[in-house]
Amino acid sequence: MKTRSPAYFAWRRFAANKGALVAGAVLLVLILMAVFAPLITKTGYEAQDFLVQSYAFPSTEFWFGVDDLGRDFFSRIVYGARVSLTIGFTAAAFSVLIGIPLGALAGYYEGWVDWAVMRLIELFSVVPPLLAAMLLGALTNGGFFTIVLIAALFGWVQVCLLVRGQVKAFKEKEFVRAAQALGASPAYIIRRHLIPNAISPIIVGFVLAIPLAMMLEASLSFLGIGVPPPVPSWGQMINTGMNFMYFYWHLAVFPTAALAITVLATTLFGDGLRDALDPSLKGR
Amino acid sequence: MTAPALELRGISKVYPLRVPGGWLPRFSDHHAVRDVSLVLPRNRILGLVGESGSGKTTTGMMALRLVEPSAGRILVDGVDITAMDHAGLKPYRRRMQVVFQDSYSALDPMMTLAQIVAEPLHIHGLGSKPEQTEQALGWLARVGLDRSYGNRYPHELSGGQRQRVAIARALILRPSVLVADEPTSALDVSVKAQIINLLQDLQAEMGLSILFISHDLSVVRSLTDEVAVMFNGRIVEQAPTEAIFTDARHAYTRSLLDAVPVQNPRERRHRTFLTRAQLEAATPRLAQADLARPALSQAAPQLVAVGPDHWLEAVVT
Repeated sequence: MKTRSPAYFAWRRFAANKGALVAGAVLLVLILMAVFAPLITKTGYEAQDFLVQSYAFPSTEFWFGVDDLGRDFFSRIVYGARVSLTIGFTAAAFSVLIGIPLGALAGYYEGWVDWAVMRLIELFSVVPPLLAAMLLGALTNGGFFTIVLIAALFGWVQVCLLVRGQVKAFKEKEFVRAAQALGASPAYIIRRHLIPNAISPIIVGFVLAIPLAMMLEASLSFLGIGVPPPVPSWGQMINTGMNFMYFYWHLAVFPTAALAITVLATTLFGDGLRDALDPSLKGR
Repeated sequence: MTAPALELRGISKVYPLRVPGGWLPRFSDHHAVRDVSLVLPRNRILGLVGESGSGKTTTGMMALRLVEPSAGRILVDGVDITAMDHAGLKPYRRRMQVVFQDSYSALDPMMTLAQIVAEPLHIHGLGSKPEQTEQALGWLARVGLDRSYGNRYPHELSGGQRQRVAIARALILRPSVLVADEPTSALDVSVKAQIINLLQDLQAEMGLSILFISHDLSVVRSLTDEVAVMFNGRIVEQAPTEAIFTDARHAYTRSLLDAVPVQNPRERRHRTFLTRAQLEAATPRLAQADLARPALSQAAPQLVAVGPDHWLEAVVT
């Protein structure tokens, strides 16, 4: 008999979900594009090399056309993926960093700790993220790190709830009791037993926090309080493209499609991961 | 005389129980365990029997301080551990270990068997990592699993194999007391016998004292030296195993014995089953002359000696 870890079964369930598999592949291509952006674009994102050809429609020379300031639009879209994905992943990482300890503490100790964390979560769930983000963005003049922090501030709630639920379910298990009988400290039990057993919800929470952060960044940039120009952000590009929509369709369509495809792929991949890692959560 | 391996002195556990109805939450006391005293001598197996909800598991968990007692004292090797904090308790944790009923949830699904069995050594910081693993593999072999099982996961094992792993984890620290909470009741009959044999062998080898919690009387009879019968959170009768099975005095003990399936159909007629109300009213009444040792005459039930080491809860008139 071959040794098969729980990860093997999770992979088999994931591979059976064709939609998630395709979404994962798309996401992988997007990430590779973002990483190798200088290799696949002919100019940088701010090079106004084609001023005479401004507003040019897509052609074999300019795959996505040229924008109003004479920049190759394909380069801008590809570099935009960098911004979007970086913000998505960093914000998700911060969400997990905040969500895991709070969720684990709330789930393990219950009582007033749980009460406090739950009230904090409620506070963040009743405030519309975009509204709060606009306020915070306007107060701090936007910028990369502000967006990451704002996205993490609203992204940790989901991770926290998932971890808390898992910890609550597992701390009544007898292997936790056995560890207590061995003299293990609460910190040891949380670190060594409860968090490893919550790894599936943590991964799912991480992946599902990415599209949230990307949407938030796009929204803020669209409103002009996100990533400042000339750094290309899809939200910012959609805003500019909107002005020319009826004459130069490519300036609005490509950034919108890029954003939609990226967010959709990440979400579908995250859903697939959730179903594969934790079959009991399916369809939630 | 050396102190017993484990001693419980008048321990109780009271849970608040929400009274239904009313606007404000009101609570009444539910006595899961009342004033239970037990002595587990060295190198002996003490059976704790009773129906579901009689408080036997709660008693075992209190002995391990996994459940905090509401009253009473717990002594390990004569040392009172009732009020010790986490750090003070840690060395005593080494002397007391536990095996649970449900072997599936007793093993962390994310850890390999070698990691699970080595965990006690890790928690107590005994030896280097390779030494811990080596010792864990040795214990796997000792409980009848090949060393190659070391990097397998719990879900790959059968119930009996998982229970062997749980026993290895409990004994790797060489404790003096093992609390076995219905370790065989989730197992097939043939596997059950293997686990009982394993426990018996290890007990003899290591000079273990075992508090064996069970409702399976045939297992209790073959394994234990002494039996305490619990009913409604109290000990109603306690005696050497043979005395309980041949000379049960309390109506509840007899009704427990009668509940064991009998193979001979002719004998089935003599079985009596009492209702709960009848059992609760069944406290025996004894005169001073019936006692092996004199006791106070009082209306409240008390544990009195009715034979050599044979104790019975009775009203003495």
